[in-house]
Amino acid sequence: MDFSWLSDPFYQGYLWEGFVNTLWLLLVSSVGGLILAVGVALARLRGPRPLVWLAWAFTTVIRGTPLLVQLFFFYYGVGRLLEGVPGMRDSVFWPLLRDPFFFGALTFILSVGAYSGEVIRGAMQSVPRGELEAGRAFGLSGFQVLYRLWLPRAIQLCLPTLTGEMILLLKSVPLVSTIALMDLLQAANIIRDETFLVYEPLLLIAGIYLATTIVLTLLLRLVELNFPGMRPTRRRWLPIR
Amino acid sequence: MTAMTPEGLGDWAGPILSGALTTLQIAVLAYAIGLVLGLLGAGAKLSPWAPLRGVATAYSTLIRAVPELLLIILLYYAGPQALDALLARLGIAGAVQITGFATAVGVLAFVQGAYMTEVFRGAILAIPLGQLEAADAFGFSRWTRFHRFILPAMLPNALPGMSNLWLILIKDTALISVIGFNELFFTIQQAAASSRAYFLFYAAAGVIYLLMTLTSTALFARLERYVRRGQPTEA
Amino acid sequence: MKFPMMIATAVTALGLGQTAQASDPLQVGISGEPYPPFTYKAASGDWTGFEVELAHAICAAMERECEIAPTGWSGIIPSLKAGRIDMIMNSMSITEKRQRVIDFTRPYYFTPGSYVAASERDLDIPDGLDGLVMGVQSATTNATYARRELRDSGVDIRLYDQAEQVNNDLLAGRLDVILADEIAMVQFLERDEAEGFEIKATAPQHAAYGEGIGIGLRQEDDALEADLNEAVAAVIEDGTCASLSKEYLGTDVCVYD
Repeated sequence: MDFSWLSDPFYQGYLWEGFVNTLWLLLVSSVGGLILAVGVALARLRGPRPLVWLAWAFTTVIRGTPLLVQLFFFYYGVGRLLEGVPGMRDSVFWPLLRDPFFFGALTFILSVGAYSGEVIRGAMQSVPRGELEAGRAFGLSGFQVLYRLWLPRAIQLCLPTLTGEMILLLKSVPLVSTIALMDLLQAANIIRDETFLVYEPLLLIAGIYLATTIVLTLLLRLVELNFPGMRPTRRRWLPIR
Repeated sequence: MTAMTPEGLGDWAGPILSGALTTLQIAVLAYAIGLVLGLLGAGAKLSPWAPLRGVATAYSTLIRAVPELLLIILLYYAGPQALDALLARLGIAGAVQITGFATAVGVLAFVQGAYMTEVFRGAILAIPLGQLEAADAFGFSRWTRFHRFILPAMLPNALPGMSNLWLILIKDTALISVIGFNELFFTIQQAAASSRAYFLFYAAAGVIYLLMTLTSTALFARLERYVRRGQPTEA
Repeated sequence: MKFPMMIATAVTALGLGQTAQASDPLQVGISGEPYPPFTYKAASGDWTGFEVELAHAICAAMERECEIAPTGWSGIIPSLKAGRIDMIMNSMSITEKRQRVIDFTRPYYFTPGSYVAASERDLDIPDGLDGLVMGVQSATTNATYARRELRDSGVDIRLYDQAEQVNNDLLAGRLDVILADEIAMVQFLERDEAEGFEIKATAPQHAAYGEGIGIGLRQEDDALEADLNEAVAAVIEDGTCASLSKEYLGTDVCVYD
């Protein structure tokens, strides 16, 4: 096994850049995605009929198509279409539309929104009605009931599944190497191109992903244990969808 | 013929449909082989021999912890080489030519097997122990106990997980396009590039995959109703 | 029972073949991703283009049967070494680095790399690149050249898997400049949508670019190398290469001794 290229700062630079981009993408996508997920769950549970239908269609389409196809659709399809719109180049959106990170984050946010939306919706439906009614009886406004009672109780029910979704998000990140974003896989591809080694660069980033998954799982386990009102659950070490 | 002439959706319909067929073929074969691997893996994980348990646990844990795209690229290029080295060790001379199709199926099946192992293991563990003890008490052989007691009881428990994995598999076949294998999404990319109608073709790809997943969901729902016949309905 | 049938079909489908024999058709590896005008797929499903037609001509000169085997570009050398394909014929430059792992025939055409950008943009290579976004196709000599030589010029290099994706993003305005093979660019600029773009400069001779485009072979395939060299020389000398080149590329790029 030839790992001599690891000591070359030229390649180290790319690996580091890829790793940082991966972490940023993970952070932005999970935060944005979870916010969207709550919105989607609410839309399906409470919204007016058209909104319910829209949220259902959104969830079905996102969950029914491959993530890679979605990435290409947004970056090469929609992006190219938007560029043709007159005035787009001079608008304030232009720097965003040029950036593969934006499209990667957008696609992942939509994906997390759909998958986690389903999870949160199921959990919100399982919260006993009585608790919400009691909140209303105490004079809490609709928004306060949501923010203080409904959502926290729902999250207590589905937190292990949600953390599982975060791990799955991490595993989807290498796909952005196909839309010209410098992530770990692209760094490995550069090393493969120049050194013609087949195993070693890929094994290295497989190892990096393995380590990152372990660290992320432990961190999320900490969040689970410390979330107010959570009863510790017995769970398998690694989540599957 | 100098420059490429833009071609429309109609011209590409044939190749796209044949690509969809290839995708389905790969998915079905990979699913079937993954199923077998999953059963073997679950059996190994539940066996009393610690080394066997260790191997199975390593297999399912490692494969599930690494991104699929990475695994696909690694196994597609390194797999045949490793296989050649293995065969050389065993004394079988000459390079065995494995087709690209076989490698794609093999890679996807290998990954599916790891996830299937967990699904089956969970499903088998959910069978009430008393039923298996009764089978032993009646003196049924291990094989009969497996295919008359364990398999039918495990299937209803495993089906939701299995249907989920099938959907994931169909979507994962698109990842093979990254290694240049000619399935549905790869054909779509070629069509989009040659006709410059990127939005149209990628939207069409989405529609085709959506059709596949929706049909699969409906079929699995029927299968689950059939398999659960005779069981008490949930409260 | 359906189960044994499933196993049987699976095994047959796996297609475990015998060891390759001399009478088997040669697998000519080309990039599965289109690279017009050298290799691309018409809607009829047939591969065509300068290099595909040249490959057929060379095989005819060698009196061997050849099959076009599209392979992912980034894994084409591993595929060659694993025996999936017998040669690589898709604009692969003969470079020292590559020669450490594979052999090449004599060069059959030569193309420098060139920079393409919008006509209205004044581009001064390499100083004017600072702050611009440049696209290249990964696993090409252009990418290696860009990474090694242009790092200090402040340009933001983006790597794409497919050449057409690079072209697309240039037209979409996401890239300010691209670095690609000159001949492919000449063809690209003839398209209607590429009207506002032009070639700005040519990349200088550099170790990354090598001595020209050759057919890639396994290092132990000496017999095949000798045959191919003869066939390539024959095809170039009798003018087949020149006429194909003028037909697909608009100019004669064949390498004459």
